[in-house]
Amino acid sequence: MTQPIIQLSGVDKFYGDFQALSQIDLDIRTGEFFSLLGPSGCGKTTLLRSIAGFETPSAGSLHIDGKSMDGVPANKRPTNMVFQSYAIFPHMSVAENVAYGLKARRLPKAEIQERVSEAISMVGLQGFDSRASHALSGGQRQRVALARALVLKPRVLLLDEPLSALDKKMREQMQSELRRLQRAVGITFVLVTHDQEEALTMSDRIAVMFDGKIAQVATPQMLYGKPSSRRVGNFIGMMNFLEAELLGTSGQTVEVDVQSLGRLTLPLSQAPGGVDGCQSVGIRPEMLTILAEGQTAEREIEAVVSEVFYYGDMTYYDVTLLQKDAPVTVTMRNTAGRKVLAAGDTARVGWSPVSLLLLR
Amino acid sequence: MVLISPTLVFTLLMLAVPLIMVLALSFWTQSYLTLDRSFSLENYKTAWTEPMYQYLMARSLKISIFVTALTVLLAYPVAYFISFHVTPKRKAMWIFLITIPFWTSYLMRIFLWKVILGYNGVVNGSLMGLGLIEQPLSFILYNQNAVVLTLAHSWVPFAILPIFVALERVDRSLIEAAEDLGDNRLRRFLRVTLPLSMPGVIAATIIVFIPTIGDYVTPRLVGGPNGLMISNIIELQFKKANNAPLGAALAVSAMAIVTCVTLVFVWMNRKFMRGPK
Repeated sequence: MTQPIIQLSGVDKFYGDFQALSQIDLDIRTGEFFSLLGPSGCGKTTLLRSIAGFETPSAGSLHIDGKSMDGVPANKRPTNMVFQSYAIFPHMSVAENVAYGLKARRLPKAEIQERVSEAISMVGLQGFDSRASHALSGGQRQRVALARALVLKPRVLLLDEPLSALDKKMREQMQSELRRLQRAVGITFVLVTHDQEEALTMSDRIAVMFDGKIAQVATPQMLYGKPSSRRVGNFIGMMNFLEAELLGTSGQTVEVDVQSLGRLTLPLSQAPGGVDGCQSVGIRPEMLTILAEGQTAEREIEAVVSEVFYYGDMTYYDVTLLQKDAPVTVTMRNTAGRKVLAAGDTARVGWSPVSLLLLR
Repeated sequence: MVLISPTLVFTLLMLAVPLIMVLALSFWTQSYLTLDRSFSLENYKTAWTEPMYQYLMARSLKISIFVTALTVLLAYPVAYFISFHVTPKRKAMWIFLITIPFWTSYLMRIFLWKVILGYNGVVNGSLMGLGLIEQPLSFILYNQNAVVLTLAHSWVPFAILPIFVALERVDRSLIEAAEDLGDNRLRRFLRVTLPLSMPGVIAATIIVFIPTIGDYVTPRLVGGPNGLMISNIIELQFKKANNAPLGAALAVSAMAIVTCVTLVFVWMNRKFMRGPK
């Protein structure tokens, strides 16, 4: 495997007594679209800013492209950043903004001009060259910020919540556009986001962060399908949790007593974070089915519908499993002929042991 | 309704009426003890052609340009320091401290400069005591240098404030962006911080330039014979020379020149505020 473009090991960051980053070990591979995902205050932005050179880690080492970044200021690093506020220079036109970094490198005028117009057309802003930056919409500012960073052909492009200021439609459009751009230029992208959907749809790999620590690094599918802890499972999408008691392991299986569902034997692969200390079993709402009349499932359990949330294409049911009062959410696609239940209805919920995860 | 509003009445009484009176006076002529109220451009002719007035006008302009440049140059680093290097909690206190010189009267401060710069003053005393000079320096008091220094000192706080406000409004992420794009400290100051703080610099320039060109206390007290400015001559016309109309014409001329220079700055400010086309 090729050398990782960014290597962090044992990185700590303290602000006074507050520890913003704690023992971060992370390798980001060359050419991948990597996301740092976590709730606000989890340290993801601090980590990104440490890579960019705007924060100095209190301990640990950071290598970019195999070179130690110790004492290397931001203006000498092979990274460029798209700021959350875009940070478009208000006293410059679109073209001047894009040319900023090239001028800082004192390149010949002709080359600057050529690369600027190339970058501007790459982000789809042809004809906006001389537009003043205050006359741009949010989406256009975002494109200018992208062009301004990409025109320098950095080894790594850092994006700090670049889509959070855009409305929903624009955000979705920019998501696919960012993906397309990343594939086109082949530059490593490191994206900071608190939006799990954004991270899932765009990234090759995601690092989930809580309280200054990395909880899990995995592909979107692994992260959603095999979260390493209850907290990760709850943060990425929805997850139901049922109390579980460990009865013992034998070989490649583990025996648990799950609230409402009873005694089960699960393979160790269904405990992605390890078996020790697991006290609950998680199951995704879409892995549960409300069975129609005559429909059967591998396992079934009686339930009462307590709340119904109708979304048009989907219906979310909050149901109470009859055994032991456990509240769980079930999401059902409103396919042809499927009856939408009402609160108070009884239902049979179908499930399968394969979709259970034993979590800490 | 609007015409009898207190604001308008107040403005008319305090600003417009005095101005109109000076303007009217400038077109009359003094004949010994009486005023000749017939329209005449004679005063203006004198004001713009008499070499002494031309010379004094030019000197006043020169001194106030020097004062303005010196004031802004002194004020910018202070404003920059407060905005960028003082912790946010302490900024208000720093600004407050800067206003302390205003707690003493303007005259008092000028007199103190005489004490500092005088023949037997603090500067000369110290330098002679240290054996660095044998004769007291004479070029530091009762000349134009002293006027420039004294005026700059008294106007610096007024220049610090608008520059500080402009610097506070510079989005820090823009400076980070400049760093990220490859600029070192100096280059990002020149390419981002300075241009974005220009409205404050221009405001400071206007604030200092307009009153200094018309100052007459400072040149009178520390300027000596070579440090006199146009306002000293205007005062002379109104009082000792008993030629109020000529004084008025000189005042209006000075005002016109100030207006022209100020308009240039306002135009520059607009240009900076608007950004690129």
